[in-house]
Amino acid sequence: MRLVIVAGPPATGKTSVMLHTLRHILTDKIRVAVCKIDCLETSDHSTYRRLSLPVMVGLSDYICPDHFYVSNLEEIFAWGEKQQAEILVVETAGLCHRCAPGIKGCLSICVVDNLSGIDTPKKVGPVLTTADVVVVTKGDIVSQAEREVFRRRIEMVNPAAHVLEINGLTGQGALRLKKVVLASPSIEGVEGRELRYPMPSAVCSYCNGETVIGSRYQMGNVKKIVYREVSND
Amino acid sequence: MIRKIAVLGGITKSGVRETLRMVEIYPGEIVAVVGPTGSGKSQLISDIEYWADGDTPSRRQIQINDQVPAEFAVETSLRRLVAEISQNMNFVIDMSVRDFLLLHAESRHIENALEVAKAVVDCANQLTGEPLMMDDSLTALSGGQSRALMVADVALLSNAPIVLVDEIENAGINRLSALRLLAGRGKVVLVVTHDPLLALLADKRIVMQNGGMAKLLTASPSEKALAGRLQKIDAVLCELRERIRLGGELTPEAIKEVTWPDAQRVSA
Repeated sequence: MRLVIVAGPPATGKTSVMLHTLRHILTDKIRVAVCKIDCLETSDHSTYRRLSLPVMVGLSDYICPDHFYVSNLEEIFAWGEKQQAEILVVETAGLCHRCAPGIKGCLSICVVDNLSGIDTPKKVGPVLTTADVVVVTKGDIVSQAEREVFRRRIEMVNPAAHVLEINGLTGQGALRLKKVVLASPSIEGVEGRELRYPMPSAVCSYCNGETVIGSRYQMGNVKKIVYREVSND
Repeated sequence: MIRKIAVLGGITKSGVRETLRMVEIYPGEIVAVVGPTGSGKSQLISDIEYWADGDTPSRRQIQINDQVPAEFAVETSLRRLVAEISQNMNFVIDMSVRDFLLLHAESRHIENALEVAKAVVDCANQLTGEPLMMDDSLTALSGGQSRALMVADVALLSNAPIVLVDEIENAGINRLSALRLLAGRGKVVLVVTHDPLLALLADKRIVMQNGGMAKLLTASPSEKALAGRLQKIDAVLCELRERIRLGGELTPEAIKEVTWPDAQRVSA
């Protein structure tokens, strides 16, 4: 089974991009299953179901969705095999982007959009820099020049990536992603495989549900801010 | 160096062979793509942008200089061959015109960046009635100014040899000059349009029907003659629009002042 990990900031069009890509893949009679990891609520599963695919949803609730995802990967993989899927797509909704869900030896796709500003490629972090494919959406509403600058910025932080522009509304460009997905390696299982980037140990009292502000209420891995003067020029 | 783009016919939405088996387009040519909604205009544009090789729903193949794209260049270079301009595009970066053009020039490793930036602004100002300045903020430009800057940037800075234009409206930018500018730089220009003026300006006109390329028209001499009259009508409408914009009223006298082009022959 090919395991395909899709990640990226919220509202960049991860689901739309994958819907168009999977539609192309399904024309080849390939069995696909989708797992969507979100925090509190998601309606993306019903969007995926429109393609009559087996869809599973995992809600991380009070746990960081990326940590939740990695601690459930074996179970998700087993579910995909039970569906006899040839391709299992796992779409995650990482929040702070200090984590990257990519796994060594599996295709990792990061979706970003042209509207998010040209500094985004630098800010997104490991989820973008460790991806095999960076999909750029919303190119139809910004100028050609901005698209070119944005693409250049992505290539600067991740020179090895395949940068693909896809229109999430019309699906223009999604065929390219289909090619990449079909060319990705098939794996036997996930146990023993490694994440491409370590997930930070962000276990503090607030991760565990603390709501009151103040040092007295903070336990675990707490890091205090180091002030830096910001000059005005 | 692109000498020719060829679109080799595929299938219509009904799965039958499309009527036109091949359309050839040369640098410096303007090709209009016309047809009702759902007739396949966007698919044709997207086939070219994708460098289709029989692997899109239309099964068309695009060739460059009689070669399949994969033989002509590697995929990453192929993607740099096409620039797009449409009515829906906006500048979203909060920067001055100068800084942005310099940034764009830098991303393309252009050496005399400031000179090129100035040339882009001069060029844009020949296309729009409302001059824009180097220090203007990109996001504060009017629709017409933005479109003019996008066209000038594609013409002088982006340097992609193929430009796909999706219906630009006639507000604040001289569309005819814009298309002529792009074609004049030796680019292949495809424009999706329903506007008779733009359609007649084009060297060729592809008529889309049910997903297929149904007809290839070239403007006949009588159509070319009509184009001149249409331009005058267009100029009249532009003048009236300008009056409205500046707060004027369209009194019968005001309308009389505008020179009507050969009114009787047009109504006949």
